[in-house]
Amino acid sequence: MRRFISDPHENYKPKRTNFGQYFNKYLSHTIFGLNPNDLKTLLDKHQLNITLQRLAHQLVENHLEFSESAIIGLQPRGIWFSDRIVKIVKQITGEAIPYGKLDITFYRDDVHSGDLHVPQQTEIPFSVENRKVILIDDVLHTGRTIRAAMDALIDFGRPKNVELMVLIDRRYSRELPIQPDYIGQMVDTIITQKVKVNWEETGEIDEVVLLDV
Amino acid sequence: MSLSVKNLLGIKELNTQDIETIFRTADNFKQVLQRPIKKVPTLRDTTIANIFFENSTRTRISFELAEKRLSADVINFSASGSSVSKGETLIDTVNNILAMKVDMVVMRHSASGAPWFLANHIEASIINAGDGTNEHPTQGLLDAYSMREKLGDLKGKRIAIIGDIMHSRVALSNIFCLQKLGAEVTVAGPPTLIPKHIEALGVKVSYDVKKVLEWCDVANVLRIQLERQHKPLFSTLREYALFYGVNKQMLDSLQKEIVIMHPGPINRGVELSSDAADGKQSIILNQVENGVAIRMAVIYLLSGKAEVME
Repeated sequence: MRRFISDPHENYKPKRTNFGQYFNKYLSHTIFGLNPNDLKTLLDKHQLNITLQRLAHQLVENHLEFSESAIIGLQPRGIWFSDRIVKIVKQITGEAIPYGKLDITFYRDDVHSGDLHVPQQTEIPFSVENRKVILIDDVLHTGRTIRAAMDALIDFGRPKNVELMVLIDRRYSRELPIQPDYIGQMVDTIITQKVKVNWEETGEIDEVVLLDV
Repeated sequence: MSLSVKNLLGIKELNTQDIETIFRTADNFKQVLQRPIKKVPTLRDTTIANIFFENSTRTRISFELAEKRLSADVINFSASGSSVSKGETLIDTVNNILAMKVDMVVMRHSASGAPWFLANHIEASIINAGDGTNEHPTQGLLDAYSMREKLGDLKGKRIAIIGDIMHSRVALSNIFCLQKLGAEVTVAGPPTLIPKHIEALGVKVSYDVKKVLEWCDVANVLRIQLERQHKPLFSTLREYALFYGVNKQMLDSLQKEIVIMHPGPINRGVELSSDAADGKQSIILNQVENGVAIRMAVIYLLSGKAEVME
């Protein structure tokens, strides 16, 4: 019902504190151990390069030669990372590594919730049967993508074993019991934040940033 | 990524973006179909009913295979041997099937517009697998997809649709789909089998099959649907074959090599001779192969949408 007599309290709006914003800005760092200055950039170009070199060396250390191993990058964003790793490993060992790309869209467990994902190309030009497969993705969060990836991988054969390499491990946010074997950097994040890895190949500068969404 | 529609009733209702999305998704499914394990677990929680009030071989097997490759549960229903012969109505039949918790309906019906009617009465997504003489959207999509696979982008390409245009639902879906992709379409056949005012759809009309073959890049030859012709529209099948049939001799006499398509089932020796249907210009079996991938794409894209709408 519309009121015709003016209400003396009409223009009074109590000041509301946005606790969520306050929490994100100040408390999250003290609780989750993040330095406010590092909030934007987790890894800059130089640091990212060092991390990539370390991960590639760790891979070579564990596998020595790759005749029975294979690298499989996960579409869409994991392949930029796996492309780099494959390139560096090739520089170290001097030989070509079996390298494939895997799309997991049709193996997701959330087909009915929300918008559908755009499927990308799957390209595995070798048999995974009895190979040591290294799955590579850029950011590990809930672990559901990796669950789907393992399902998809098994459809191509029975690998000898499967390892996981991620550039960023958002720890304490797993919804499934999945652990990476090679980790670029572990970060503590809250659910509203997003970690984005940018690559020169996609027209950005090499860096890893943390965004508040 | 989703379609702009909740049901696939006709290509008329799709936009070019939807068609591109379906093709792109079909590309990925085609890749899946070439793997040793041709199955993905995407729709393991979905149940699909194939309701066929009219006979079908290809479409029905193709849909069923597409559903099974997506790991959906499938139930098949055909009008013969069901309670439809006891007089049950369409809505009652479908509602009873849906009461058993079915998520999607694939329907073929002899009445044009039946899927639209059903869409107004039920919640589940509907895919039209052919309604009377109106549309057969998945056939239109797989035809355009097969042409594109063979010729590349269809913009400016010349497509001839030859035969029984009047009674064909494939013709209408083809026309809508090809025009949305920017192709030029000519329909050809005897005047009695070409509907009046079809030019209003923006297609050219010709009664000279030879001339049309010389003009086109692709000839999609349609079946003479004798079961729908309630009065004689041409004197004999032999006469039809002589004047409007496509054969190898005609194709060899052309200056160029054109692509021959047919949605099946073929009346061999009537609209298409055996040597043309089985020749190297024919992509009839590629059409059938692509049919599964296209149907997987459509089912996948609609199954996401159905839940979002709730």
